Amino acid sequence: MSEQIQTHKEPLIRVSKRKELTPRQATLLKLLSLVLALIAGGIFLAVLGFNPLVIYATIVTGAFRSTLAIQGTVKIMIPLFISALGVTLAYKMQFWNIGAEGQIIIGAIFASYFGLFHSNWPRPLLLVVMLIASMIGGGLWGLLPAIFKNKWNTNETLFTLMLNYIALHLIAFLRDGPWRDPANPGFAKIATFTENAILPKLFGIHIGWVIALILFVLVYIYLKYTKHGYEISVIGGSKATANYAGMNVKKIVLRTIFLSGAICGIAGFSNAAGSDLTLAMGVAGGVGFTAIIVAWLADLNPVGILIVSFLFAVLDKGSSVIQSSYGLSTDCSDVLEGIILFFVIAGGFFVKYRFVLRKKKNVGTPTQVKGGEAA
Amino acid sequence: MGKNEYAIECRGITKRFGSKVLANDEVDLQLKYGEILALLGENGSGKTTLMNMLSGIYRPDAGEILVNGTEVFINSPVDSMRLGIGMIHQHFKLVDVFSAMDNIAIGTKGKREAPAKMREKINFISERFGLQIDPDKKIYDMSVSEKQTVEIMKVLYRGSDILILDEPTAVLTPQETERLFAILRKMRAEGKAIIIITHKLNEVMSISDRVAVLRKGKSVATVETAMTDELKLTELMVGHSVDLSIRRPETEKKEGVLRVEGLSVMGSDGTRALDDVSFTLRGGEILGVAGVAGSGQKELCETITGLLPYESGSIKLEEMELKGKSPFEILNLGVSISFVPEDRLGMGLVGSMGITDNMLLRTYYKTPGYFIDRKPAKAMADKLIDKLQILTPGTETPVRLLSGGNVQKVLLGREIEAAPKVLITAYAVRGLDINSSYAIYDLLNEQKEKGVAVLNVGEDLDVLLGLCDRIMVLCHGKVTGIVDAKTTTKEQLGLMMTGAMRDHRTETEAAHV
Repeated sequence: MSEQIQTHKEPLIRVSKRKELTPRQATLLKLLSLVLALIAGGIFLAVLGFNPLVIYATIVTGAFRSTLAIQGTVKIMIPLFISALGVTLAYKMQFWNIGAEGQIIIGAIFASYFGLFHSNWPRPLLLVVMLIASMIGGGLWGLLPAIFKNKWNTNETLFTLMLNYIALHLIAFLRDGPWRDPANPGFAKIATFTENAILPKLFGIHIGWVIALILFVLVYIYLKYTKHGYEISVIGGSKATANYAGMNVKKIVLRTIFLSGAICGIAGFSNAAGSDLTLAMGVAGGVGFTAIIVAWLADLNPVGILIVSFLFAVLDKGSSVIQSSYGLSTDCSDVLEGIILFFVIAGGFFVKYRFVLRKKKNVGTPTQVKGGEAA
Repeated sequence: MGKNEYAIECRGITKRFGSKVLANDEVDLQLKYGEILALLGENGSGKTTLMNMLSGIYRPDAGEILVNGTEVFINSPVDSMRLGIGMIHQHFKLVDVFSAMDNIAIGTKGKREAPAKMREKINFISERFGLQIDPDKKIYDMSVSEKQTVEIMKVLYRGSDILILDEPTAVLTPQETERLFAILRKMRAEGKAIIIITHKLNEVMSISDRVAVLRKGKSVATVETAMTDELKLTELMVGHSVDLSIRRPETEKKEGVLRVEGLSVMGSDGTRALDDVSFTLRGGEILGVAGVAGSGQKELCETITGLLPYESGSIKLEEMELKGKSPFEILNLGVSISFVPEDRLGMGLVGSMGITDNMLLRTYYKTPGYFIDRKPAKAMADKLIDKLQILTPGTETPVRLLSGGNVQKVLLGREIEAAPKVLITAYAVRGLDINSSYAIYDLLNEQKEKGVAVLNVGEDLDVLLGLCDRIMVLCHGKVTGIVDAKTTTKEQLGLMMTGAMRDHRTETEAAHV
């Protein structure tokens, strides 16, 4: 065996784990990956025959060019921001809740029940009831996989994912069946909410944004300064440690997942009563999934989530503007968004790992026998 | 193939992790055929890094490795295997449900040989080196030492001439260690080149021909074993002279702080992890717990602290029955039991949190209100950093970034701050350097002098014999003896660890001083 001694060269590039970066270095690295993303996206645009600088400028100005545009951007941001806050609670505890989409939907369904069938209630009362209903709905939808996880150690990732589809088809069932709008015989849809069930506007945008800001403050304080928040961090760090410290892990998991789902449910309420003004099939529209990316890109930090969800909203809104202004197809702007996401996520990889290039061999004869001398 | 004098030569090996950590700094190492070289060094001195480069897990940043006189590039464990280097890791890499023979066949090149032929070859190697192996026995039926034999056979079967053993004796009883050393000596006689990594100086003295000492990533010296002694080696390792004796202060004993009677516990695999265990723990004493790894030590600690439920028996803390109490209730009895678990970052602390937040772990719920009060915890963190000389950039630096010794000081410090009646420590100095270990022994002795009842699970028998007042030996969950540490030898402990000798003083233990 040892006859075939191998003296081939070391590989050109290899991956090695790097020492932990300081938070500052990590942030710089992420900014760098954003810049690289813009460059790569720019090359893509240049190949298509557009001036990348103009396109980028349009994305930014497009998101802010008019009051209407700004309102549009904020409107995109609200559900994304709220549900990213929601999933953060679960992720801090290392509970892989990818069921935000379903929790948003169930929250919207619960709220819509009151919006549709108790529209004669006074507006403030109705809206508060809808809010609470959405929280209970989203919370229960989140609680389901947590209970199963506690009892039979089921996989919460698959469980929450599957519940998303059940929730989605539940809307279809309600639309085609019990909640179908009789005033619209040709086309199956759920009735539009009456004035009472619609969120009022402040500065031209439905007050979902006020709810979002309040939630931001609450979640921030909850995670950082309360005993509950501390328990969540400990369980996220190690369940064995939590047990050791005398915590009732199962109870805390249930409590936290209920809250996580409840917050996502609020996003559903805000979308239904603020944007769609009815219970639409697209009430969640993938927001629950994007929220997961937002939460992780922000390192589960509420302030980071505020920034990242804002940037996502700008990108989303701006892309729709370049579609209309430059005739860039939807697919192209999707590609552009994809490139940017790819780079930013890859940046996360380089926080932990680095590439090592093959070096030229150093020629000097190394010291013999004893090597105690300082380098 | 002509044989060079040196099996392995490392010249100026340098390996960095990140920008600051220099794990290996121009390390030189020569290994001859027909010799056993002990690689000695404290934790973090770069031993494992160096060996990982020989086995193809890491690549050196600079320097060259010569195997049998030819420069080589080891890019993967496969390359390393082809070069005839066999590594026997501390944690066995065996498939539990496979037989010994199947495990040996895994990873060999080419077509699998016929079982009869393999068996013949295995028997041949066994006879040659004095290995005892049953090729058809499943791994899960094997003892730790049998598993290790399979690992060694795996390496020999592939025709390796160079063997690297990473702390092979850590899991063995003294008798099993002797058997392993006999095998290694036979291999040496057959011309194999062997590197053995170990912390235990007496083993270095008994098995090796030469000793290479690493300190802080540098090779400080290579000495002939016959020309040195344990003290000189320690000084080379640490860099200054040290006193290796462990203090055992005389204290007044207080009877029956903790009484355990007939304790039986089911393990996670459905077998009895603890079987009819009885002992008493007195205030002002350190009771050592010895045993081969996995003899029920972990279960014993976790049962007393309420983390594991128990089938039968009773645990009484100053006449208070602990049965049926949750860890939370035990924490709040007022008579506190402190526990330094084996898995420091996975159970005793939260690695991602700073010292302050880790201080809160045992007390956060005691303050009234909904919010957490970090002020006293911060004060306690500062106090501990000062008192125990914990090296950390700050109280908010995640503890997983601290060195092993500092992590243990944080954990033990917090547990001691709770002013416990009973202190339970599991492998309190595992992975710590010599200075940190002695600092921990001092802390334990300090508690003992305060009248605390200390239960100390350990693995180094020399340390247990030096530090403890009495030693309880566990074997397969049963107590095989409780002996006076001052009058017991390591060999006696070794026999009790394998259950070969039952100490009859157990019954009269209460009358024993």
